[in-house]
Amino acid sequence: MSRFLIPAAIFLALAGVLYVGVVHSPNKSTMQSALLGKPVPDFNLPVLGKPGMTLTKAQLDGRPWVLNVWGTWCVACREEHATLLEIGRQNALPLVGLSWKDEDEAALDWLSQLGNPYSVVAVDHDGRTAIDFGVYGAPETFFIDAGGRVQYRHVGPMTPEVWEREFLSRVPRGGLP
Amino acid sequence: MHWRASVLALLSALLLGVAIPSAAFDIESMPTPEMQRRYDGLTHELRCMQCQNQSIADSPVGLAEDLRRDVREQIIAGKTDAQIRDSMVARYGNIILFRPPFTPSTAWVWVLPFLLLLVGVLIAVRIVRHRTTLVANDDSVIEPEDVTR
Amino acid sequence: MIPELGQFALILALVLAGAQAFFGIFGAARGDLRWQAVVRPAVAGQFVLISTAIGALVHAFVSFDFSVLYVASNSNSALPTFYRVAALWGAHEGSLLLWAWILAAWTLAVAIASRNLPASFASRVMGVLGFVSFGFLLFTVATSNPFERIFPVPADGRDLNPVLQDPALAIHPPMLYMGYVGFSVAFAFACAAMLEGKLDQVWAKWTRPWTTMAWSFLSVGIALGSWWAYYELGWGGYWFWDPVENASFMPWLVGTALIHSLAATEKRGVFKSWTLLLAILAFSLSLLGTFLVRSGVLTSVHSFAADPTRGLFILGFLIIVIGGALALYAWRAPMLKSPAGFEATAREAFLLYNNIFLVVAAAMVFVGTLAPLIADALGITPLSVGSPYFDRLFPMLMLPLGALVSVGIHAAWKRGQLGNNRRRILVGLGVAVLCGLTLVYAVYGPGKALTPLGMVLGVWIIVSSLFDPIDRLRRRLTLPRAVLGMTLAHIGLGVGVLAISTVESYSVERDAAIAPGESLVLGRYAYRFDSIKPIEGPNYDGVRAVVTVLRDGEPVALLHPEQRNYWVQRSTLTEAGIASRWNTDLFVALSKEVGGGRWSVRAQLRPFIDWVWLSAALMALGGVLAVSDRRYRARAAASEPAVAQGSAAEAT
Repeated sequence: MSRFLIPAAIFLALAGVLYVGVVHSPNKSTMQSALLGKPVPDFNLPVLGKPGMTLTKAQLDGRPWVLNVWGTWCVACREEHATLLEIGRQNALPLVGLSWKDEDEAALDWLSQLGNPYSVVAVDHDGRTAIDFGVYGAPETFFIDAGGRVQYRHVGPMTPEVWEREFLSRVPRGGLP
Repeated sequence: MHWRASVLALLSALLLGVAIPSAAFDIESMPTPEMQRRYDGLTHELRCMQCQNQSIADSPVGLAEDLRRDVREQIIAGKTDAQIRDSMVARYGNIILFRPPFTPSTAWVWVLPFLLLLVGVLIAVRIVRHRTTLVANDDSVIEPEDVTR
Repeated sequence: MIPELGQFALILALVLAGAQAFFGIFGAARGDLRWQAVVRPAVAGQFVLISTAIGALVHAFVSFDFSVLYVASNSNSALPTFYRVAALWGAHEGSLLLWAWILAAWTLAVAIASRNLPASFASRVMGVLGFVSFGFLLFTVATSNPFERIFPVPADGRDLNPVLQDPALAIHPPMLYMGYVGFSVAFAFACAAMLEGKLDQVWAKWTRPWTTMAWSFLSVGIALGSWWAYYELGWGGYWFWDPVENASFMPWLVGTALIHSLAATEKRGVFKSWTLLLAILAFSLSLLGTFLVRSGVLTSVHSFAADPTRGLFILGFLIIVIGGALALYAWRAPMLKSPAGFEATAREAFLLYNNIFLVVAAAMVFVGTLAPLIADALGITPLSVGSPYFDRLFPMLMLPLGALVSVGIHAAWKRGQLGNNRRRILVGLGVAVLCGLTLVYAVYGPGKALTPLGMVLGVWIIVSSLFDPIDRLRRRLTLPRAVLGMTLAHIGLGVGVLAISTVESYSVERDAAIAPGESLVLGRYAYRFDSIKPIEGPNYDGVRAVVTVLRDGEPVALLHPEQRNYWVQRSTLTEAGIASRWNTDLFVALSKEVGGGRWSVRAQLRPFIDWVWLSAALMALGGVLAVSDRRYRARAAASEPAVAQGSAAEAT
């Protein structure tokens, strides 16, 4: 019987693992930000369309906010833009855009043509800030809490379901200060 | 002996590829050969997060360029290889390393194959012991074959 | 109309597959000859029907029928004819259809060749194959129909993935599938034997040629993939331990163990359990290999689309098939014991040691490939596994194997008698050490830590393989094809070890930005960037550079690296310029323009890299040669005494 038990045991264990793998959304843990629970990296970036102004992490501390990494070159970003506009209109949370490896002019054109959902857009031309956030593609959207810590990252186009489930749900009860 | 020296010299040139001055301009060269070696090593060890299975050394995408630049800057700033790897893991997680680290929570992936080998060896020992006792009582002769192997 | 015909044919084939499975297995169980008589016509019918389906799909591709969704997704009006046909297996649905067709073809071959086998056994083999076919066709018809239509009909297709528009990659999936499907034949033989309750040396003898053929095809398939990756993808790399590659390599490792285990089972009736389990494992890994990639379980980091339904179906199928086979195994376990004994240095023992290493190697690849998934599923610290892991562990397992092969090949059955061959072993080792160290210290120069070991072992394997054939020729004995095939395959292994050691230890690589007129120097070779000009192809445009390679100042090769932009899928691909010399490849690839007319390029020397793929060809050829041996063509009459002998041995 033992001749049978060992192969069967291994087989069952693997079947279990594969089952979970298939049913789970794929690569769930790899999509999880390594910064979860950790403070947002310091940054000091120029603001799109406002020469001379800069945006720093300190300015955003004290209340929850959302960072959306995007680019005019990114097809999926266009997909999520309608959802972002809706989110911007609802104004439940400040939506900060990060223009990633893009041209300012193209970005401004895009926003004026398609609408601007962002409270403010920071510009990251060379990608240094993005890699500090552990960004590896666009679009990505981060939820940052009042203490300046990353609490969630969504990879891919934003959808109303994800917004409600992962972002709105993290807003502290009683609304924002 | 003279020709051997020149053969060896050519061979080392072949291996290092930098001994003979090149007429080309190196695009991402480091200030010293030691730094270059470290740079090459690290960029081959780090995964390009946008690609299927490429290192940042081999990947042409923008993210890989940015990460290579980050490695380059950290080396020049005097960080050690371990510090650079840690900074990558801090931002991207263990996934960015091609080589799984040997820490208490991840060592299993390195240890498991050896455990399996041990199990295999033990099984082989058991089987051979059993068969050896059988052969002691078995006087039949195997025909020299012209057919089977 | 024609696509609908194809779809209808598939559904009919599904029904026939069900009939084949049912009547094959239960016809034999009941001893009902009329039921069994249904099987061979069902096999033939299935082949005709699936061929019709394939024909319909090919027609849709060749005639630019973009109303078929699959054609629209994988073809384009500018796609050359050859690739319109190859696009058939360019994506999921078509690949499954190809699998089903190859399975039908192998089953037909089994049906024809099995007239010498006892009727009930043949019936069961075809029944099991019918069951596998049923599973595949059901999956295709239910979840992955290649004949699905699309409305409105698009004006043009989305084009075949440019990466697949290549001759080598066009043939690579069919070759791989020939291997995977072949292992399902071995699996069917194993299940039939377990159902029959007769697991003897005769069964092993029947199974061997099929298994060896499958293994040979798989070897070629894997080598083609590696070769393609080298000149198309990998900046000169030829093996990346990518999950997709690993998925094909695991069945190959287990398949190698299987053909050797079968040899021992046939000769001495030992290792029956091993052989059965390995046959089940090889097939399971083949299924896993085909599907692991497609279910979304092991996709790249940034892929958002994955279809859990398909994954679950495959998983269910795997569980039924493997679970069923293991249940059969448990049921028959008592009858698997054999009385034969052997010593610790006998041939059987060496085969056992080899198989341990092969199976552990496959397990190691499995662990490494699935580790991220396992970590995720168990909720433990995430990790990823890449080349450094495999590159470190694989040689550690394969180098001892090399030594075992070199010694074990001299071992006699049952009593080893290595003492008689002591001279051969020592001479072989001596020659190996001499050649190996000469290569390292006088020819190439110091490489990595394991380089001398790899070189010595590679030579030792080759030399050890030659003793017996040369001895036979000298003594004017017969040299059966089986022995010749084995020799060739082992020489192939030795060549592979040598080639891999060389290319891993002595490759040279340089990246630089150069302008026309400038050169990049690698040792004795200089790559001179002569010119670059725009080009246009049937479905792409790009640039083409001319690079002259000089050796010690003399021109020895002209390379034409290209960069192509495929219009429809808007992807840019690089075509490397490669010149193959007898002892090295000269490799150059374009990256991008960096301004001022300069281009960043990668130039490489890859010593003996072609011999890596040659070694696979040698191994495959050895397999084919062994299968063509006279003994496998013995007719029914001749095989009866062997059957009697086998049962007599069983009884003792």
